[in-house]
Amino acid sequence: MKKTGAKIFVETLREHKIGTVFGYPGGVLLPIYDELYHADIRHILTRHEQGAIHAADGYARATGKTGVCIATSGPGACNLVTGLATAFMDSVPLVAFTGQVPTTMLGNDSFQEADIYGISIPITKYNYLVKETSHLKEIMYEAFHLANSGRPGPVLIDLPKDVQAIEINNPPIPKLTLPQKPKCPVEERNKRIEEIAALIQDSKCPVIYAGGGIIISGANEILQKLAEKISAPGTTILMGKGGFPEDHELSLGMLGMHGTRYANYAVSECDLLLAVGARFDDRVTGKVSTFAAKAKIIHLDIDPAEVGKIIQTDAFVIGDAQEVLELLCKKVKKKTNKEWLKQIHAWKKEYPLSYEKKSNVISPQYVVEQIYEQTAGQAIITTEVGQNQMWAAQYFKTSKPRTFITSGGLGTMGYGFPAAIGAKTGCPERIVFDVAGDGSFQMNIQELATAVYNKINVKIALLNNGCLGMVRQWQEIFYGRRYSQTTLQGNPDFVKVAEGYGAVGIRVEKPNEVPSAIQKAIEIDRPVVIDFHVDPEANVFPMVPPGGAINQMLDREQK
Amino acid sequence: MRHIISVLVRNHPGVLSHVVGLFTQRSYNIESLAAGVTENPEITRITIVVTGDERVLDQMMKQVNKLVDVLQVNDLKYSQAITRELAIITIKTSPQSRREVIEIANVFNAKIVDMSEDTITLELSGTERVLQNLVRLLNPANIDEMARTGTIALSLKSSEQ
Repeated sequence: MKKTGAKIFVETLREHKIGTVFGYPGGVLLPIYDELYHADIRHILTRHEQGAIHAADGYARATGKTGVCIATSGPGACNLVTGLATAFMDSVPLVAFTGQVPTTMLGNDSFQEADIYGISIPITKYNYLVKETSHLKEIMYEAFHLANSGRPGPVLIDLPKDVQAIEINNPPIPKLTLPQKPKCPVEERNKRIEEIAALIQDSKCPVIYAGGGIIISGANEILQKLAEKISAPGTTILMGKGGFPEDHELSLGMLGMHGTRYANYAVSECDLLLAVGARFDDRVTGKVSTFAAKAKIIHLDIDPAEVGKIIQTDAFVIGDAQEVLELLCKKVKKKTNKEWLKQIHAWKKEYPLSYEKKSNVISPQYVVEQIYEQTAGQAIITTEVGQNQMWAAQYFKTSKPRTFITSGGLGTMGYGFPAAIGAKTGCPERIVFDVAGDGSFQMNIQELATAVYNKINVKIALLNNGCLGMVRQWQEIFYGRRYSQTTLQGNPDFVKVAEGYGAVGIRVEKPNEVPSAIQKAIEIDRPVVIDFHVDPEANVFPMVPPGGAINQMLDREQK
Repeated sequence: MRHIISVLVRNHPGVLSHVVGLFTQRSYNIESLAAGVTENPEITRITIVVTGDERVLDQMMKQVNKLVDVLQVNDLKYSQAITRELAIITIKTSPQSRREVIEIANVFNAKIVDMSEDTITLELSGTERVLQNLVRLLNPANIDEMARTGTIALSLKSSEQ
């Protein structure tokens, strides 16, 4: 039986158990959208292609499954660029489909033609331009395999209109012929794990530094077991939040530029740093030469290129975090590190995270704390980027993987709200809060329509300070309070905007109204925007000045 | 320091863009790049001459190796590789200077492939250093046009024994 490319496309999605896609149609996608019209696939129509790809990304991060989005050629495809780069930086499994002008018109500067294949090379794990319908199925199989294996990442498939429309004989299920990369022989790996176990045994002040690899690999439980066995305090970076429970006595909270003082002190003083699934980002290390300068550095990562990229390591193993940690956990012996844990405890007591509580104006940190309280820490949190993101990271104690969803590497403003829509689509039974700022929220505010129409009942906690807070904070501290272009004059009435879209808007201006507003938002079975008018003077502390050593932190008293 | 990286890739459309793009994205310096099919028509060899210290080279190799289409990456040491480059050079000549150009060509075993009233075109393959010497002796001011392929290389089997 003959089948069109569009039909093969839909069937291949079904073969990969894709039940939900996020997209936006266009002229060159008509064959596919005609097929989707009666397909057993939920298509969520966003209001902007960027909303579609961030939603697919949020879906992937919340569920661990591959997210799928669709956009048309030219402008539609170009609108995916930020989302691809976001997913690439944070190793998120996505397959993005773009429509393309027919193969006969490629390269002619045709209407709505853009070379998305060329554009997306540096921001995808791999990409394809399908020139023959007979290649489509195999390419899709490869793409889904690549997106969610090894170090995951986004894969883009560019689909010319004629490739979608042409009928071919039903293609068989393809066998993958991707090149295999050489692997470290098992004996060598085991030898290295034994060496690392010996280093751990010899250490007196070990620290575990856990990144996004823990979440992707599902290694959180074995990591906790290892930490308890060797009595090593664990710090999670932004991408690793949920990889080690922050309410655990061994947790140091977040490390780095806006990390806790005790995490930064611990890493600066430790004699062994076990980095797992992390890549020594500049926001984590500060000045590299002083980062964990007293420590033997051990790096466990699935990506060989991450080892030695930023920092010289004393030992490393390439592999899946869960697998390697299981092996390592068997090799280490129980140890107590009494003195070290006493020191950690003293730092924790002396330098807790803290913020100024005012009686007449809402502290943004208080809002985050209250979301934690009112949801018993069980919500999925997405964030935008800037101060809102850092306050969410500092004050929402994350204990489970895939519950803290944020654009870590690229730092994409406008990510959190569509990502929340995606997360809620993937986990409909969960409460999903987007901790947002008024700057970021306005970058994809149009997705209120998507949430309302599709009954995706996410809650937006808008920390509205009327400015681009993080940039303003740097201007305040490093640029003599010259607030160049960081005041958002002309902000709309967010309650009315919410209502205009058919969502619920709640304005909160007093600290004592915060808990009840959050409670109310949770109870309302619709998307809710809570417009918290927060203290515009509030800043994120502690803070390591850019390029500084991480144990040299500014606090709000000494800024 | 200069290194020769030899990369074997699947002969797929777009593979060169992926490899070259990587070098620009990560801001590595390419001195030359030559690509051509191998004994297996499905596999292309890309030979890249790069500059960078050991650490940069290590990163480069790992990043290249991560590309989906890449089958193998090798760092060929100059002392353990056979390296060649081809140049075609057209030199402006006068009746007085023609003789001298031909003499230089003979010394280098360069082939004269074309000659007109006022030009001579030479072809020479050799190591990069030999080609540079030829260019220097011909005096760059007299060179009308030049095309070079960039270095290609294979490891010396005899040095492995």
